[in-house]
Amino acid sequence: MTGGLGSIGIGPYLTVSAILLVLGVFGIFLNRKNVIIILMSIELILLSANLNFVAFSSALGDLSGQVFTLFVLTIAAAESAIGLAIVTVYFRNRGSIEVEDITMMKG
Amino acid sequence: MMTQIVFYVFATVLVLSAGMVVSARNPVHSVLFLILAFFNAAGLFLVAGAEFLAMILVIVYVGAVAVLFLFVVMMLDVRFAQMREGLQRYAPFGAAVGLVLLAELALAFSHWQVAQDIGSVPHVVAAPGRTNTAALGDVLYTHYVFLFEACGLVLLVAMIGAIVLTLRERPMGRRQNIDRQHERTAADTLTMMTVPLGQGVAANGGFRRPEHSYYIASVPGSYGVTEEPVPQGKSVDETGQGGLGAENHGGLAQ
Repeated sequence: MTGGLGSIGIGPYLTVSAILLVLGVFGIFLNRKNVIIILMSIELILLSANLNFVAFSSALGDLSGQVFTLFVLTIAAAESAIGLAIVTVYFRNRGSIEVEDITMMKG
Repeated sequence: MMTQIVFYVFATVLVLSAGMVVSARNPVHSVLFLILAFFNAAGLFLVAGAEFLAMILVIVYVGAVAVLFLFVVMMLDVRFAQMREGLQRYAPFGAAVGLVLLAELALAFSHWQVAQDIGSVPHVVAAPGRTNTAALGDVLYTHYVFLFEACGLVLLVAMIGAIVLTLRERPMGRRQNIDRQHERTAADTLTMMTVPLGQGVAANGGFRRPEHSYYIASVPGSYGVTEEPVPQGKSVDETGQGGLGAENHGGLAQ
């Protein structure tokens, strides 16, 4: 089971990735006003998913995990590009990036 | 033993810098800690034997995404002190959610084990003797080629979306009417003059604009161009733009 991971094993990888995920979720709640830090927290969450993929790929000797990490990286890059573009446009229109102000689409 | 030391150093710095990302007062510090976190995650990838992904993480994340964040943070003139106001209010709630999540993850991981017959499942394995990068390429361009192309489409859509979102029509800048520009001939724009020896440019009327088509090739309404298109063949001098003489020195640089 610990094929490519050597003496470390998969447990520490999963622990690190779980801590990273929790820190990302915590960051979303902590920085309710700053959209940019929320985007960075989402990057942390995706990074923890990547870490899980790579750890399992290495442990099982299966390359699919690394391929999917590549896809997750792509999606994360696209997501942050679009998110930052929206933040820029929103700041240009409203002069603020506070999430609590974004109620225009409330309906 | 050495591998374990390396792993725990990378893991510790990764978790600490991730904590600083979400708790730093200055968003610029957050971005810098995010870069540190990505570097350490790349180190963890290296320990796990995924060299190509580690390098991609450094190139794509540190080189592109984190720098993009840095640009946006520095470009937006936001009063960040005011942003921290709600911190005390949301911290307990966030900590509660985080703790619940962590407890659930611990529950899930402690009662989890790999299936016994995992070896009988067909795995995508690297050919013997292939490096990680080459093996990843083998898999990516055979089994996952459609997903790979879909990723390219996603990036294309993201690129076009970001451009469309942030594009704004500025009144500054003179745009070309492409058709008209292509129709222009040398005779429209160039006049050959015989200049007597020893006379300066000023004595011959100064720097001159093309007499017919200087503004014709630009889009009406863009910067410095009247809304009405200049009638073809009409001298630009009559419309008051351009003009000859010494006061127009350097006019071509406009």
